[in-house]
Amino acid sequence: MSATVRVVLPAHLRTLARVDGEVKVEVAGPVTLRAVLDALEATYPMLRGTIRDQVTQNRRAFLRFFACEQDLSHQSPDAALPATVAAGSEPLLVVGAMAGG
Amino acid sequence: MSSVRVLVGTRKGAFILTSDGRRERWEVSGPHFGGWEIYHFKGSPADPQRLYASQTSGWFGQVIQRSSDGGKSWEAVGNKFLYDGATGTHQWYDGTPHPWEFARVWHLEPSAADPDTVYAGVEDAALFRTTDGGQTWAELPGLRTHASAPSWQPGAGGMCLHTIVLDPKQPGRIFVAISAAGAFRSDDDGRTWRPINRGLRSEGIPDPTAEVGHCVHRIAMHRSRPGVLFMQKHWDVMRSDDAGESWREVSGNLPSDFGFPIDVHAHEPETIYVVPIKSDSEHYPPDGRLRVYRSRSGGDEWEPLTNGLPQRHCYVNVLRDAMAVDALDPCGIYFGTTGGQVYASADAGDRWKPIVRDLPSVVSVEVQTLP
Repeated sequence: MSATVRVVLPAHLRTLARVDGEVKVEVAGPVTLRAVLDALEATYPMLRGTIRDQVTQNRRAFLRFFACEQDLSHQSPDAALPATVAAGSEPLLVVGAMAGG
Repeated sequence: MSSVRVLVGTRKGAFILTSDGRRERWEVSGPHFGGWEIYHFKGSPADPQRLYASQTSGWFGQVIQRSSDGGKSWEAVGNKFLYDGATGTHQWYDGTPHPWEFARVWHLEPSAADPDTVYAGVEDAALFRTTDGGQTWAELPGLRTHASAPSWQPGAGGMCLHTIVLDPKQPGRIFVAISAAGAFRSDDDGRTWRPINRGLRSEGIPDPTAEVGHCVHRIAMHRSRPGVLFMQKHWDVMRSDDAGESWREVSGNLPSDFGFPIDVHAHEPETIYVVPIKSDSEHYPPDGRLRVYRSRSGGDEWEPLTNGLPQRHCYVNVLRDAMAVDALDPCGIYFGTTGGQVYASADAGDRWKPIVRDLPSVVSVEVQTLP
């Protein structure tokens, strides 16, 4: 059984992935951050390395993961995401830091 | 009639400037990859329609873009730059050991023979190569694992491998430069390396004539004479007549011998160009006057080129990869500034005109001469 997870990407990554609006990815098994990002990168290989480091798999420092008005950035990538994200009623937000130059 | 395509990388995207061989009227395309830093943007000599761009961002890291139609369409290719084996350490700014960490690609040097083969110079300093058009990248680890590497230290801009010069006559000979380790040469296609810094003198390091530790800014070569190299160092303009075995200073009458770019006329191997900058902390032209200096004698004797360039209140910089020449006759010279202007001269530097005035800060300029 798989879940359909909604993901909202920052504008620059939507451009890179050539998508408009939010994307949907199919996740087989437990819906964790790692599983969602694995599915996202499998569907959109050009996003590899842009959200998490290619080698360490650590989140890039200037990105955050939000859902259901919570910051999930610091939880284990193998922890379950909120049930509403797994159910597709709430999106996972990938957010760029509000900083720039 | 021939035409010219100028590839411009800026802090906020890439631009393509095109003209016919008269180089009077220009079309401007871009921004491509708006909002991203384009550290370098270069075409393949083997297939001019094949372009590569290093696209980076503090948020999203490194992306490599490839075009097979001269920049009309683009494809993101491989961006996995994985050091080969144990990374080891170099010196950090405070002198402590610091592990090698990939930050970005500073320079892409396509092979003259194969459009799918490209060398990439990265920060922290290492040399990578692709032979499949950028889909996969493999390090040539002999440089990063050189015996001197644990003593290398970053310059203010990071410890970057920013210059790659491929010898057109001696297969397997590669020159690179690293800030602030110096210049290195391989004669076996990147397998083994040795420093080539004899004759350089840098007052900012404990031993001014040390084998490594020099902040080399840029190396240029004329393809008809690959044994003759010209170097803009942090301070000093240098020349080697023996493929880097030894160097001598040719700063001569320059108003300042600090600068970043250096380039060679397409048809006159003894005609070279630099853009003097006042100092390492000021990074703008002396007296607020933007002057390219040309030597027709391979150094030592320099003449200022000012016609068409701002001669008052000008405080821009020209970065190391932001000057290039075309192959037309007369030779065209191009450079971009941190103020967003791209200047062109269609007569080897005698007269200059801005192609564009208001781009984002220019990081790199490359030129393709198309049939």
